[in-house]
Amino acid sequence: MERDDIIEYSLDAHHSEEEGRRMRRKIWLVTLLLAVVTTVEVALGAYWKEWMPHSWHMVKWTFVVLTLVKATYIVMSFMHLGDERRNIRAIILLPYALFILYLVFIAIWESNYVHWVWVNFL
Amino acid sequence: MSGDASKALSNDVLWGGGRSPFSISYGKMMMWFFLVSDALTFSGLLTAYGFVRHSTTEAWPIGEEAFRALPFLHDPYPLIYVALMTAILIFSSVTMVLAVEAGHRMDKAGVVKWLFLTVLGGAFFVGSQAWEWSHFNHGGGGYMTTDTGAKYWVHTDEHDTHDPSSKESFALVPAMPGHYLIADTLPGGTPMEHVHGAEAQKLWQEKVAYVHGAPFPWSAEGMDYNEYGPTQYANFFYFITGFHGFHVFSGVIINLIVLIMVLRGVFHRRGHYEMVEKAGLYWHFVDLVWVFVFTFFYLL
Repeated sequence: MERDDIIEYSLDAHHSEEEGRRMRRKIWLVTLLLAVVTTVEVALGAYWKEWMPHSWHMVKWTFVVLTLVKATYIVMSFMHLGDERRNIRAIILLPYALFILYLVFIAIWESNYVHWVWVNFL
Repeated sequence: MSGDASKALSNDVLWGGGRSPFSISYGKMMMWFFLVSDALTFSGLLTAYGFVRHSTTEAWPIGEEAFRALPFLHDPYPLIYVALMTAILIFSSVTMVLAVEAGHRMDKAGVVKWLFLTVLGGAFFVGSQAWEWSHFNHGGGGYMTTDTGAKYWVHTDEHDTHDPSSKESFALVPAMPGHYLIADTLPGGTPMEHVHGAEAQKLWQEKVAYVHGAPFPWSAEGMDYNEYGPTQYANFFYFITGFHGFHVFSGVIINLIVLIMVLRGVFHRRGHYEMVEKAGLYWHFVDLVWVFVFTFFYLL
């Protein structure tokens, strides 16, 4: 049987000096974005509550959104998933999303119930 | 670009149907599948943490209160150390992607330079985590009883001081059930009263017993309440950051091996640097997980 694990897709990944410059520019732009987002997160986490004690819920959601923004840039840009074909992107992201969205949903739903039980019966 | 979705490939690499649906090498695809399964594991752990935190009826430690120490400094710097760790890990991810880019140009010197910086950043992160664990272990003080039977938390905010009275910031907090030193003001609860200065020194002289360090998930003698609140907090902290730290450690080892192979010219002879790319995928994943651990453990 012919081996199919030694096919050299890797050679097609080579790029020129010119392309390299463009890619490095993009890498540094993404780096800047990640740094700015992390700084905002830390500033929010450390100081926000002192000024506005009643907006904690909003801050919490800001954290979640900023984290997803960071994750998207890491996966799509640094891990080059954005440059892959749509098929490979789908078989990586969709099964994961399917499981985890359900898991998160059911965990939040059930933990509300468990909390309610503890408050009322224990 | 690495995926080459747009490039025409030679017939030799296409599947029986005349076209490859993925246009990706076997090794990279398997690395991605492994990362998906690993991501499910980490998501399961973080979701379990969320479940416990969301369902608990006890006061839960606050991230910026629990993690506010810097090595060699005594003042509180909320989240600064962990922010520094995050920055180092993100930066080592950047150097990794630059190493991959250099590999695509067959620039051996560039790969060596960036990969070396990646290994350095990873090693620094593991070391930082060791320090943070040690600091978390020692805690911010201890627990004392006086001859009148009163119980006090001893608050020093310094991990290596065994006689808290030698510190200026020495403070005692009456230990009440359900009240934790770590949260100065509990959400919706009464603020705890601090005893400072001369009064604290006097109480310290009258102490009957003192137990240093309180944050272990198991109970030390006479301690009904843990400095860091419910024991699940420390359990999850050690398990999740430990599991992640193990990933960082193994990533550093893998990167080091790849670096040695690059130095020996293995990949240059092979004609491509895809091994750097595969190790890079794993390394970026470690960074990706940390982004979530940082948010869900330290910020929320």
